[in-house]
Amino acid sequence: MNAPFKAPFKAPFKARAAAALADPVLKTAIDRTTGNAERKRAAALAAFPEFEAARARGQAIKDHVIAHLGHYLEMFERNATARGAQVHWAGDDAEARAIVTRICLAADARLVTRAKSMLGEEIGLPHALADAGIERVETDLAEHIIQLAGEAPSHIIWPAMHRTREQVAELFKTGHQPPPAAEDPATMVQSARRVLREKFLSADIGISGANFLVADTGATCTVTNEGNAELTTTPPRIHIVTAGIEKLVPSTAHALALLRLLVRSATGGEMTQYTTFHAGPKRPGDADGPEEMHIVLVDNGRTKMLADEFREMLRCIRCGACMNHCVVYRQIGGHAYGGTYPGPMGSVLTPVLDGLAASRDLPNACTMNGRCAEVCPVGIPIPTLLRAWRRRSWREGLEPGPVRAGIGLWAQLARRPRLYRLATRIGLPALRLFGKGGWISRLPLAGGWTDHRDLPRPAARSFMDQYRAQQKARK
Amino acid sequence: MTGEPKPTVGLFVTCLVDAIRPQIGFAALQLLEEAGCVVEVPQAQTCCGQPALNSGDDRDAAHLARQTIAAFEGYDHVVLPSGSCAATMVHGYPELLAGDPDWAARARAMAAKTHEITSFLHDVMGFMPRGRRCDASATYHDSCSGLRELGVAAQPRALLTQVEGLEMRGLPGNDACCGFGGTFCVKYSAISNAIVTEKAEAVESTGADILLAGDLGCLMNMAGKLHRRGAKTRCFHTVEVLAGRAQGPAIGEDAP
Repeated sequence: MNAPFKAPFKAPFKARAAAALADPVLKTAIDRTTGNAERKRAAALAAFPEFEAARARGQAIKDHVIAHLGHYLEMFERNATARGAQVHWAGDDAEARAIVTRICLAADARLVTRAKSMLGEEIGLPHALADAGIERVETDLAEHIIQLAGEAPSHIIWPAMHRTREQVAELFKTGHQPPPAAEDPATMVQSARRVLREKFLSADIGISGANFLVADTGATCTVTNEGNAELTTTPPRIHIVTAGIEKLVPSTAHALALLRLLVRSATGGEMTQYTTFHAGPKRPGDADGPEEMHIVLVDNGRTKMLADEFREMLRCIRCGACMNHCVVYRQIGGHAYGGTYPGPMGSVLTPVLDGLAASRDLPNACTMNGRCAEVCPVGIPIPTLLRAWRRRSWREGLEPGPVRAGIGLWAQLARRPRLYRLATRIGLPALRLFGKGGWISRLPLAGGWTDHRDLPRPAARSFMDQYRAQQKARK
Repeated sequence: MTGEPKPTVGLFVTCLVDAIRPQIGFAALQLLEEAGCVVEVPQAQTCCGQPALNSGDDRDAAHLARQTIAAFEGYDHVVLPSGSCAATMVHGYPELLAGDPDWAARARAMAAKTHEITSFLHDVMGFMPRGRRCDASATYHDSCSGLRELGVAAQPRALLTQVEGLEMRGLPGNDACCGFGGTFCVKYSAISNAIVTEKAEAVESTGADILLAGDLGCLMNMAGKLHRRGAKTRCFHTVEVLAGRAQGPAIGEDAP
């Protein structure tokens, strides 16, 4: 795997989490967005009694494609090529960046518009374009906000969810010329529309991602609620699609089956405002459309996942429900995770993309409560996959020494019941000495617990000792 | 039950109950006997191995799994006053030992007869407590492993309706994790603290006298936070109320 492209220096996970926990405005922003998302998803599911059947079907579609990936990739390439698109293959993020940059430079592009794509973030496209001296304009409203703020997305559906309306008003005041006339959402959106519209029409190249790659038609599909993807991909001379190879579906009907799950799980809507299939460049007689269409199919660790225990993660349709329902994400937000993808799904993917050594905290920083798997529209057993990373981290010796020593010592005792009994007989009364009344409020080496909460004072005699004494007395 | 031999139950009290609150073990024992079971408490039990399993230390977890299976597989049923330890045996053991030809089938057989106690009493034994009284208002937190891995939700509530005088109040976010997560709460204590703080606020908002749950780990986390915040909420394991043992000191009030 390549060295991670992003941020040359990252504070350790715990420091990032601590910074997030200390930010009350961030907490307000997270609560607003995830709270709404949770309520809307619940309402959408209540009105969709066939959800379980749809989920089983969605899972089956993804599993089928994953099992026959080579077949569908070839079919897609054949059909996309027949429609006049040029298909490129990128083994990793560096190759993907190089392909896109090369197309841009060959076309002498100065201005590129981009419709939101997490794959683009994954391969480091924003930085690559900047390095090539190409002006990049993010056209999704939330991406526009974080571009003004110089940030990365903190959520895969709502990239600017960490920013409150009030903070966005401040950004627009300096980022828009002239600034918005008022701070209400309608006026601010109108201002963004004005700023972006100029760019839409003067861009040389439009870059989008794809929610689906339809094998039997060779079309790519994008879904948005703002219509920015259409304005990004239609007016410029060239349209570039960057997509992970796991986005394949056999046919349009399969894409629509997954779309039913995706939209309800993501926003609680029944359908996105805009669902567009891009099948090749402009044909003779077409009123509009790009002259060239390039599709960059990106592997970047995916075929490796196919062969190991993380295969089920390739089902992911990037709805964000797992993070909206995650107690950890809802406390620390997306940036603290430090990878392209945050939350539970990110904690499975980031070790694939950035390496486990750099990200071993992510699969560990989870309570294993299982809510992510419960809401996942394609049935990914996320806790099982996180546990697989923990297993690998333990095996590769990446877990910190004190953790290994602690678990090791405890296991030595637990594996010897008689010794364990003896240890509790000595340990419990000793532990009780730290208590006052029924509680221990300070305990050496247990600050992780007692810094934040009191510890119930243990029993003077263990259950097993009391039970055995009772049994003896009965006899 | 009449005429049929009484089912044998191996009671696994869990390491936390053994050390912190034996009363939960005795309440479980009492309820199982009231339900018509012959209960034994194998002395070879220590911990189910979940801390190792969740830390990625499969070797130690598998060793504990084999030790526990050997001690418990002879009973008709294995019952635990914990959804999370029960889930470790039901789902964790078969997965851990799947590649071990000597143990895979034994792990699956044991998983099939392992139960969290309220679901065992309600679903398997058709048991309802009688003559229990607890004059208090209470709210119930659904511990995650029991809820999502074993489907424990309706059973404890159904059993609790039999306790006279007990007024059950809904808990906002009842199915959201309390932030315990086993070793998570000490490995990532700042995040855990933020989560349990919200849980404590939700519990306090109900105004209930008592907080109930089916896992001592979660209860220690929530009780410890509530106490640190100065809340007056008293915390009990569900079986303590069901066994009529909630008259005495709650978790942390005393440690006899």
